Amino acid sequence: MNEVLVRLVGITKSFLGVPVLRGVDLDLRAGEVHALVGENGAGKSTLLKVLAGIHRPDSGRILVGDREVTFAAPRDAQDAGIAIIHQEFNLLPHRTVAENVFLGREPVRRGQVDRRAMTAETRRLLEWVGEYGIEPDSEVARLSVARRQVVEIVKALSTEAKVVAMDEPTAALADGEVELLRDLVRRLRHRGIAILYVSHRLREVFDLSQRITVLKDGAFVSCSPTEELSSGQLVRQMVGRPLEALYPAPASVPGEVRLAVRGAGNGRLRDLTFDVAAGEIVGLAGLQGSGRSAIARAISGVEPFTTGVLELDGEPAKITGPRSAVRHGIGYVTEDRKGEGLALRQSVRDNALLVRRAALRGAAARHHADLGSLLKSVAVVARGPHQEVQYLSGGNQQKVVLGKWLAVSPRVLIVDEPTRGIDVGAKQTIYQLLRKLAADGVAILMIASELPELLGMSDRVLVMHDGAIAGELPAGASEEAVMGLATGHRMGEVG
Amino acid sequence: MSAVGDKPRLARHATTPVRRFAITPTITVYLALAALLVIGSVLVGAQGGVLLDEGGVLNILTRSTVLGLVAVGQTMVIVTGSLDLSVAYLVGLCSLVAAETMAGRPSMIVPGVLLALAVAAAVGLVNGFVITVLKANAFIATLGVALILRGYLEHNYTGPAGSVPRGFQHLGYDRIGPVPVSALLMLLIGAALWWCLRRTRAGYHMYAVGGDSEVARLSGVRTTRIIVTAHVLCATTAGLAGVVLAARLGSGAPYVGTDAGYDLESIAAVVLGGAVLAGGRGGVVGTIGGVLILATLDTIFDDLAVDPFFKDVVRGVVLVAAVALYARHRLSGRPT
Repeated sequence: MNEVLVRLVGITKSFLGVPVLRGVDLDLRAGEVHALVGENGAGKSTLLKVLAGIHRPDSGRILVGDREVTFAAPRDAQDAGIAIIHQEFNLLPHRTVAENVFLGREPVRRGQVDRRAMTAETRRLLEWVGEYGIEPDSEVARLSVARRQVVEIVKALSTEAKVVAMDEPTAALADGEVELLRDLVRRLRHRGIAILYVSHRLREVFDLSQRITVLKDGAFVSCSPTEELSSGQLVRQMVGRPLEALYPAPASVPGEVRLAVRGAGNGRLRDLTFDVAAGEIVGLAGLQGSGRSAIARAISGVEPFTTGVLELDGEPAKITGPRSAVRHGIGYVTEDRKGEGLALRQSVRDNALLVRRAALRGAAARHHADLGSLLKSVAVVARGPHQEVQYLSGGNQQKVVLGKWLAVSPRVLIVDEPTRGIDVGAKQTIYQLLRKLAADGVAILMIASELPELLGMSDRVLVMHDGAIAGELPAGASEEAVMGLATGHRMGEVG
Repeated sequence: MSAVGDKPRLARHATTPVRRFAITPTITVYLALAALLVIGSVLVGAQGGVLLDEGGVLNILTRSTVLGLVAVGQTMVIVTGSLDLSVAYLVGLCSLVAAETMAGRPSMIVPGVLLALAVAAAVGLVNGFVITVLKANAFIATLGVALILRGYLEHNYTGPAGSVPRGFQHLGYDRIGPVPVSALLMLLIGAALWWCLRRTRAGYHMYAVGGDSEVARLSGVRTTRIIVTAHVLCATTAGLAGVVLAARLGSGAPYVGTDAGYDLESIAAVVLGGAVLAGGRGGVVGTIGGVLILATLDTIFDDLAVDPFFKDVVRGVVLVAAVALYARHRLSGRPT
């Protein structure tokens, strides 16, 4: 049995009298990936923050080796060899890779920061984890999302961390990049690092972990070796009930073409021709940077098409900006929920009515009598319409975003990563909601990095490669067929 | 910190960083300064004068000295994501402290200067304390401290007070060629603060706190200490500016800082130099460029005998144009 590096015993923690952790045990062993799963609100992030020294537990013990410790500040956890890769990126975009890696621990030589040592050591660490494409001197803002993650991990390792805890590390990554991260995690494990891996993606959890701990409502449910669990058992332990078929079946036959794109392009996209019919959910697959999100941003007017024609219900429509898109009946659920989707400090009500107030005029813009039924239709769970959305869980936040668009009854709805970072239960609600919208005649374009989700939800899948459509696949196509097109290996295969 | 320190050499062979030449705000501001000097020379020349003769250079540098001192200090707090609106009153207060302590006695020069700087540092400490421990917004916190200082000055002074011994006035008036000694002092302080920002840990942490204080905190940076340090440095340089003014005027003057508008003017110079008010970007070199631009504009207008109102309009246009230019630059550089 591997050596236990860190042990948490009976950790409890409440916020404002609400218990978030109710006596959780966890041990992390050298050379082992320990997965931590549970629905949103189960207490995973809080547990991680206790481990990181950000929160102090109300009771319970933290043991490093066999020594009991208390962490008063993040630095104490760092000194104990524990590093956390947070869900939100913890990098300074305008500083260099090396400056970020050594932030707070810059080597000093003769009173000055020793930049050469910093660069050299950063390069050594990058090579140690097998990453050769990142220059220590480049500005972090210029790196891709996947590479920023590598920088985060290298930053953690530079503290001589023996324990690395990752909170949803793949949430921001596309499938191809996830593979790179997995390799990295495996390499870290083989080098004797203990890894705590928090993820909603069960496939990854089964792929990577040796043991799985399940939390539910802040309480410890179980900790078992991965090979003794099936995914069905795991889901049951997480939600406390069997999950019905995750993806609802299409309820309607697609109707008339609502959105038609003809030979459109802009700086990032070339010669796109496709259409989406009323009642249809069309999936957009592709690797990060393939132009998936660029299509969403073009149709919704953020970075409009510069060539070609876009037709709505057979009429040519000139989309010049987000406002014109909204007024044409195009809704866009962005992949960046917190940054672009919500005014976090505003209430549920103000967020839900945001688009209507902005896009409509006169009495229609002021209309709010239907707010209650609107929020009910998207199944938001909040203390009330006046609660600030920043206090909602990710799933409920996403429902508010959807509600904001439903408030103006769009003809076309584009959803980019609608279930990123939200728990299984909320995912299911959102799937059903999207299917119901389609049944009501909305044309839906859906982007998702998780292929099972995309294939499960879509009536058809368009695969993007390098700014163009590489091919179209019917519902029920295999993941291999999608990846083949997405990576540009097999052109035009119909699975 | 294990393997750090052993091998800068290892990195050598692998490193040929592709250094693309980037037009940073710092370069922009010096290009603008050069353009301004050329245009100004032509305009002044057309009226039969010479902009950059010895008197002109002296004029520009003299104008730059006090504002420069205040602005390089202001750079520290702005980089850290904070702001100091109390500097203008502090300049006046410190000129009084220095002049009254000296009271014409050469023996009191050193104690006078030290006491003025100590008062300034204490005010900076208060600013930093109010912002970090009481968690007041920097704008309001330093505005409040500015009001307190104003109340003190208005209650106790009606005009200039104290006097500086003749020997100390050398600091205000001596020069080496066309370069005033006080301008050299300003550049020296600027160099010291540049070194602090770009070469020391504290400086790295100021950029980090200004860039994202939460990221900095989670990385183990002591954010409170850094913000307080920045405020103390800023206030101390403002205090030094007051001392220089006392040397120039021969006495302390309560409103010498506010009459010149050093609070907003220094922020304008820092922003003109390429800093972002939100923090995390900017630097001393750019700020000094910004100060020189403002001083050059003033000198040109004086040479051309332009209406003072028009002068302010042009300064406003320059500032807005510069900020718009930087914002544009930043947007285009943003990856998606």
